[in-house]
Amino acid sequence: MTRRRWTAILAAALVAGLLAGTRGEPARAAVQASPSRIVSLVPAVTEMLFAMGAGPAVVAVSSFDRFPPEAARLPKVGALLDPDFERVLSLRPDLVVIYGSQTDLATRLTRASIPHFSYRDSTLGDLFATMRQVGVRVGRAVNAERLAASIERDLEAVRTRVSGRARPRTALIFDREPGSLRGMYASGGRGFLHDLLSIAGGENVFGDVARDGLQVTSELLLARRPEIIIELVPSEGWPEARIARERALWTTLSSIPAVRSGRIHILADSSLSIPGPRVARAAAVFAAALHGER
Amino acid sequence: MTGRAMSRRWLIVGACGAAAGVSVLVAPFIGSTPISFSRALSTTVPFADNVDAQIFFLARLPRAVAAALVGGTLAAAGVVFQGLLQNPLATPYTLGVSAGASLGAMLAISFSSALPLGGVAGASLVGAMVAVAIVYALARAHQGGLSTTVLLLAGVTLNSFFSALILFVQFIGDANDTQRALRWLMGDLDVTGYGAVVSALPLVAGAFVAFAWIARPLNLLSLGSDAASARGVDVARTQRVAFFSASVATGAAVAVGGPIGFIGIIVPHLVRLVVGADHRFVLPGSVFFGSAFLVACDVAARTVLAPIELPVGIITALIGGPFFLWMLVRHR
Repeated sequence: MTRRRWTAILAAALVAGLLAGTRGEPARAAVQASPSRIVSLVPAVTEMLFAMGAGPAVVAVSSFDRFPPEAARLPKVGALLDPDFERVLSLRPDLVVIYGSQTDLATRLTRASIPHFSYRDSTLGDLFATMRQVGVRVGRAVNAERLAASIERDLEAVRTRVSGRARPRTALIFDREPGSLRGMYASGGRGFLHDLLSIAGGENVFGDVARDGLQVTSELLLARRPEIIIELVPSEGWPEARIARERALWTTLSSIPAVRSGRIHILADSSLSIPGPRVARAAAVFAAALHGER
Repeated sequence: MTGRAMSRRWLIVGACGAAAGVSVLVAPFIGSTPISFSRALSTTVPFADNVDAQIFFLARLPRAVAAALVGGTLAAAGVVFQGLLQNPLATPYTLGVSAGASLGAMLAISFSSALPLGGVAGASLVGAMVAVAIVYALARAHQGGLSTTVLLLAGVTLNSFFSALILFVQFIGDANDTQRALRWLMGDLDVTGYGAVVSALPLVAGAFVAFAWIARPLNLLSLGSDAASARGVDVARTQRVAFFSASVATGAAVAVGGPIGFIGIIVPHLVRLVVGADHRFVLPGSVFFGSAFLVACDVAARTVLAPIELPVGIITALIGGPFFLWMLVRHR
């Protein structure tokens, strides 16, 4: 009898404890006017923060942040797949920039009363909207506006420079299995890469596909007949020999106009695929590849 | 077996062979891009300029050949593993070969700067052989044979361990590599040329010779090891040959097209339903039917959502899952 009673009491206590833990509103996250301890998991946003003068307020970045050099020296707290929540907490941030898909992390941050900013990327327009939102959030709205305006001006300059020229049909491949022509991914008709290609004066051969990226088979490439192939490689400085080897792989598909004329550009520069403040430079690099001169 | 029953079985195997041949010949004519076949097959236009010919001969035909090779190999390997392990649920991937191959491929994808000769396919073959060596070393009983229980346990354990390593490699790699790795795991037959097929052919041919050799011993092995050795089968040698040949064949197939699932289990069972359990018919029947089946699945994968392409492993799984359930229900 006594044992049963104790079991009942313990069970009741356990249930009460569970209910208490899951019930109740998390404390409303107080929004600071000007955060001074920012943790950023998104390299594009890290670049924006530094470009608009909020660099000193950034205390930690993602594992993949390399630019600017000051950011590369900061402590790392993981990235999209592996954010280190404990590490983030230990830094006592007052703003954490996370990916829009990291909903778990967002919930945990809200429970810990830490304000966060959810980043969603897609088009060039989203980039400027994000820049302005981040600017407001970190109390540097004016700087953000100036930054956005200057990038827009640079992009316009690129667009004007190439405006009179013919628009070559281009395939923008941002991923491929190294050493073979398998597992190729190209930019579809959506997303900032497609927008940059348009500004640089190229016509995306996959522009009719309403996706940010699509896997392209050799049949698809042969059928679409791009005049120029641009390959983005997200690493710095491949040796010349390697670039030559990767270019030579394309000679199999010799009926593609780009292969016949040798207009295959392999760009080993990770900054070109980051939708951040350096997009105008990316557009200029694309324009040079497409039209042969800066 | 009566003469008529045997000739009926040979007829079925022959029909499967015809189906395989026809499927490889017909598949290049089907695709998401409309091409002119007269132009593709014409000899007047130089190949280097002929888009239709390049689509037909560089993009589609190698794919059909690769699908036939991978499908036939995985199906035959499935038959042999089911015979070796005395288990109808055994697949070519049960003993960790594909996990080893996948780990090799993951490492090649994530650390591509240090890529050795052979690229991702070569690395996956090396990974497969490492897994085979580990499983064999663990399962080798002191009388020279293989303990099938230990084989199964070692294989399953290695599968889990390698899968954990694969997850780890994906985790520490960057998002790009993870995406690429996930895609590889779903299977991909876009080989663009015959290089992959030609490289895999010697291994597959050798394995098929071994399969032909152990077809009859496998029949007797299904009666149990003791009964089989009483009838003159060298059980230890049969097991070794079966294990290594089927593992090498699986490793080669996975190196070409990634770990495409369900072929190694659906096809042997379907073929057995029609020709019975005699391995001398089941093996060739499975090779041919597996080839035709994967060619058909690949055609479906590349035309259903054109221009987007579905991974072929999804098509085989969509067909394989319900089939599995049907099998379970049927055998209750």
